[in-house]
Amino acid sequence: MGSNGNCSDCSCTASHPSRRDFIYMTAGAMAAVGAGAVAWPLVQSMEPAADTLAMSTTEVSLADIPAGTGKTVMWQGKPVFVRHRTPEEIKEAQDADSAAMVDPEKDSARVQKPEWLIVVGVCTHLGCVPIGEKPTENRGEFGGWFCPCHGSQYDTSGRIRKGPAPRNLDVPKYTFLSDTSVRIG
Amino acid sequence: MVGLHHSEFKNPIIRWIDTRLPIFTIMQAEYGKFPTPKNFNALWNFGAFATFMLVAMIVTGIFLAMSYDPNTTHAFDSVERIMRDVNYGWLLRYLHANGASMFFAVVYIHTFRGMYYGSFKAPRELLWILGMVIFLLLMATAFLGYTLPWGQMSFWGATVITNLFSAIPFVGKGIVTWLWGGFSVDNPTLNRFFAFHFLLPFVICAVVFLHVWALHMTGSNNPTGVEPKTAADTVPFHPYYTTKDIFGLVIFLIIYAVITFYFPNMLGHADNYVEANPMVTPAHIVPEWYFLPFYAILRAVTWSITIPFTHIVVIEAKLGGVIAMFGSIAVLFALPWLDTHPVRSADYRPVLKKFIWALVVVWVLLGMAGGHSPDDHVTIFGLDLHFTWVVVAQLGMLYYFVHFVVVLPWLSRHEKALPLPESIDAAVQAKGAKA
Repeated sequence: MGSNGNCSDCSCTASHPSRRDFIYMTAGAMAAVGAGAVAWPLVQSMEPAADTLAMSTTEVSLADIPAGTGKTVMWQGKPVFVRHRTPEEIKEAQDADSAAMVDPEKDSARVQKPEWLIVVGVCTHLGCVPIGEKPTENRGEFGGWFCPCHGSQYDTSGRIRKGPAPRNLDVPKYTFLSDTSVRIG
Repeated sequence: MVGLHHSEFKNPIIRWIDTRLPIFTIMQAEYGKFPTPKNFNALWNFGAFATFMLVAMIVTGIFLAMSYDPNTTHAFDSVERIMRDVNYGWLLRYLHANGASMFFAVVYIHTFRGMYYGSFKAPRELLWILGMVIFLLLMATAFLGYTLPWGQMSFWGATVITNLFSAIPFVGKGIVTWLWGGFSVDNPTLNRFFAFHFLLPFVICAVVFLHVWALHMTGSNNPTGVEPKTAADTVPFHPYYTTKDIFGLVIFLIIYAVITFYFPNMLGHADNYVEANPMVTPAHIVPEWYFLPFYAILRAVTWSITIPFTHIVVIEAKLGGVIAMFGSIAVLFALPWLDTHPVRSADYRPVLKKFIWALVVVWVLLGMAGGHSPDDHVTIFGLDLHFTWVVVAQLGMLYYFVHFVVVLPWLSRHEKALPLPESIDAAVQAKGAKA
């Protein structure tokens, strides 16, 4: 069809493509593949580079974090909150009715050891850093973190309880190397 | 000989060139003799102002780039060095930073002019759409450029805006990582933002060329919205409108100079003189003034859309805000098909005129809402009105979309226009007789 604009004066039909149609279509397909092959490396060059990926773990000492406070460490250019929870905070996190939350998740699914909560310190709304690592800072109504940008409030399990954020604070992959040291990433 | 142009020029050098490349003939046809409606008011100056600003931004930008270092460890200091040590660096930077504001002010007025006088209507739809493409490119360029000084507002503005893409279901997070070239806004991000900030103005130049080309195919609209019919309706572009544009430009440059020299930081944010810190978010992230209405619309959507009687979320609030914000620009692209009333100029459409001015008021209110924290109470002279700015943003957004999607199509069918003048010449004569 494509080769001949006016089909009425030739015998070509969709069921009987001519040699010319075949050439047009294969040439077009090859051009598309070629364009893709050119675009692919360009697009891929914008993905995180090997050295960026290589710096993707960080080790944190837990010895200097008193209960009730948190420490903010840098991991992949982002802050990570390492929070040493008090028994009350743990109880609050475990007793809250998670089914009714915006992003239902049990506390047990978010921690490896109940006294240590490790979450990415980036608000899931638009990426601000919530405050509340120090007990003196505003931790919002649920005792976790408060995002000053648009007012999202997180509980002591880092779960979103109020405000515009759609998801709980992300839990990064981490491994306890010893009782006082953890590797994030 | 085939292909050679028959030049009318007498000067042998000009004639030699013009015969081979008729650039002089084209310039004379398009900017010399070009018949232009004779009744332009000052609002028709703003296209020329915008062209001037594009050139001014490219020139100052290229010289700034010679002293700027797009690396996270040096960017902030290199800007301070431009301000203190580079000869006239302060001038280049203040012209460039305030130039962005002047550019947007001009473009907003230019766009308003088009909306008010119906310059987007047939046969100028494509001209309008190209203008909107320029507007989008301008917004992208301004956003990228604001990241470069690597202050707190630069960093967090870039973080918030790139995170908008994370609202896209399934692929959003991958897109954001790709935009960043890492796991946060960082050195790879700054490098590519600089590269794109340098590139896009030249893309804008290309689209401006198409915009002007389309304009010269249809000819300019004018305050009556009546097409020129006879030679009495038009004047040659030169010297009439070259003079008018230069006169307007002088006034425009005075305002630009007063801001640059006397109030160079009036439109900036003090937070951006604090170097970017990924660990601390400023208490109040606000974009530059020219993005505030769109920012208000982004934050106005505070509810998720669910399937009725269930808790299944179809569009969560964050995505809803992003859709509303891009939608507010998308409706502008569709304007030629939303307002199809046969009369162009709002001067002859008394009802539309009221709605357009209401839109301007709403636009300003949206801007104010965008500048406040959503939970701030609205106050007038210290009197608390007991509702928050997010309510203003929501009502403003409602009016904005109703204006374009309901009011304009409805008026297109039902509004009775005032009688149009016979011709541009008749309108000018009548005005002269009154005065």
